[in-house]
Amino acid sequence: MSVKLTEEMLTALPDARGHFGAFGGRFVSETLMDSLMTLEREYLRLKKDPEFQATFDKDLADYVGRPSPLYFAERLTRETGGAQIWLKREDLNHTGAHKVNNTIGQALLASFLGKKRIIAETGAGQHGVATATVCARLGLECHVFMGAEDVQRQSLNVYRMKLLGAKVHAVESGSRTLKDAMNDAMRDWVTNVDDTFYIIGTVAGPHPYPLLVRDFQSVIGRETRSQSLEKTGKLPDALVACVGGGSNAIGMFYPFLTDESVQLYGVEAGGLGIETGQHAAPLCAGRPGVLHGNRTYLMEDEDGQIAGTHSVSAGLDYPGVGPEHSWLKDIGRANYVSVTDDEALQAFRMLTLVEGIMPALETAHAVAYAVKLAATMDKDQMVVINISGRGDKDIHTIAQLDGIEL
Amino acid sequence: MSRIEGVLQTLKGQGRKALIPFITAGDPHPDETVGLMHTMVDAGVDIIELGVPFSDPMADGPVIQLACERALKHGTSIRRVLAIVSEFRKTNNATPVVLMGYLNPIEAMGYEAFADAAVEAGVDGILTVDLPPEEADQIAPLFAQRGLDPIFLLAPTTTDDRIRAIADHSSGYVYYVSFNGVTGAAKINVDEVAAKVDHIHKLTALPVGVGFGIRDAETAAAVGRVSDGVIVGSVLVDTIARNQTDIDALKRALTDLLNPMREALDSLAS
Ligand SMILES: Cc1ncc(COP(=O)(O)O)c(C=O)c1O
Repeated sequence: MSVKLTEEMLTALPDARGHFGAFGGRFVSETLMDSLMTLEREYLRLKKDPEFQATFDKDLADYVGRPSPLYFAERLTRETGGAQIWLKREDLNHTGAHKVNNTIGQALLASFLGKKRIIAETGAGQHGVATATVCARLGLECHVFMGAEDVQRQSLNVYRMKLLGAKVHAVESGSRTLKDAMNDAMRDWVTNVDDTFYIIGTVAGPHPYPLLVRDFQSVIGRETRSQSLEKTGKLPDALVACVGGGSNAIGMFYPFLTDESVQLYGVEAGGLGIETGQHAAPLCAGRPGVLHGNRTYLMEDEDGQIAGTHSVSAGLDYPGVGPEHSWLKDIGRANYVSVTDDEALQAFRMLTLVEGIMPALETAHAVAYAVKLAATMDKDQMVVINISGRGDKDIHTIAQLDGIEL
Repeated sequence: MSRIEGVLQTLKGQGRKALIPFITAGDPHPDETVGLMHTMVDAGVDIIELGVPFSDPMADGPVIQLACERALKHGTSIRRVLAIVSEFRKTNNATPVVLMGYLNPIEAMGYEAFADAAVEAGVDGILTVDLPPEEADQIAPLFAQRGLDPIFLLAPTTTDDRIRAIADHSSGYVYYVSFNGVTGAAKINVDEVAAKVDHIHKLTALPVGVGFGIRDAETAAAVGRVSDGVIVGSVLVDTIARNQTDIDALKRALTDLLNPMREALDSLAS
């Protein structure tokens, strides 16, 4: 099933209860409801407030360094032998990933709400670093929750957060990865709800988070749209982005949803292969359920217990996904696919050697799929990959796989 | 009248307060849960809240998180929990049982299948921590048709408008969470609780049970004085954790914890 989306349909979503079709909503314990309703009310007001938007835009320009370039990857295109491959360079943002677009916006919200204590969850550490960064800048107390396993595999980012003055809490419960970090962040929030603002790092969580994170990240797609028109005189034929919780993907997709000619591809972590069950691809292989405050596609067992996930990239190692993606999947507007750990690692090396751009392992999933896709397309067509982050943080992981001690 | 309403009305007539223990079903092993339920009834409890284990218990502190892990390790699915209630009902038709847990296992089973099976098993009430009334519009009618009491939480942060709306969606009792935090934290402030429960009583005629932070006879009595019942959870679950390998010792320890609470509550009787 595929539906032609119109502007009216999009502005009606999410609805007043935060639903995108059957997905989204607000499934939290009562203690948090008042805070979420206040946040929703204040955000909807500030969204229309020129001063708030001007401050946000100015920070994105002067602090983050936006707009990020749209770069024609000429050599990669030649090697691939198909459609033109362009790269949206979110890796060039301050702190090295798209995550900072969102933390700037949410920290601004926290300031307007008068909250002085910030908490965040992080997987790869990019969102943690981006949160610690804005907290340093605004003088806010910052606590980052990170699965103990991710603390190990992303140690560079842990140290960055500490240098930025944040306290990093290693989470030992459950699978010791991103979902458990989110559980503990929620537990902290319930406990300190009066003075604490929770900066969620992706388009998941209870309403209004999927809405506001999408709005903050949509700068990626808006820029891509105008840069594409300016540089090529047309819209891209396909957009490709990796999907963990889905914030870089929705940021890229959202401004193109009504452009029927633009194909959208969200790339999930196929881990050791979908057929092995060792992956993190809820849209490709999960079913709808409720976790972390929203209804969405999840990886779970028959009894509704959340399943363990696996991905070589910590930032994609999550059993859920933002509810708007679940909706886009069900209405057939976006395609969700997966690539394996090995394919992502190959793509990491390829982009590094062919273009001199070292992508994050999360991003490498998008690169791997885009190269396969471009090869099937005509030479006059155009694919844009969201280069959501840079790969410095992953060098230890790569070196380890190469058997090298750094 | 539901079994929950009946019990609470009788207590009220006697000027007594409800003692409501919470344990996680399947902890330390699903084969032991029915026995523990009977032990608690013998110790004088009025209603049993039975936790349905979940992999990601976001509103719970470490004590109940670990209980969930132990229960899940032994395969305590939601269907198994319902089988436990059926088994309990074979010899106890009087003590109400409330299932307390998270929404996803119910979603996975399917709302209608769950509601049918719950009634069939002899469950009386359902408390779903991450399901506010706003999201309960599909499941609530299924519960109502079958006479299952939906029990919702109220919190210190709940505004008056919400207290009224939540009470409208509830039957049996409402559960007041005594502080902002997760289960097992120890920060109850009895004066604040008293003031808030007093206020809630003005906004709804439903009985108010208070949970979180009640760990001994003293806190039970202090909270019982201002409410219609007390819910005791983490201290029991912690006792289970410490006596996992010796079930007889565990039953004695639970009895030793609950007896003084029962006495303290009954000494309040007017
Ligand atoms: C560089 C990069 N890309 C992508 C992601 C995945 O998040 P999302 O799907 O929200 O963009 C992360 C998360 O840590 C990341 O660091």
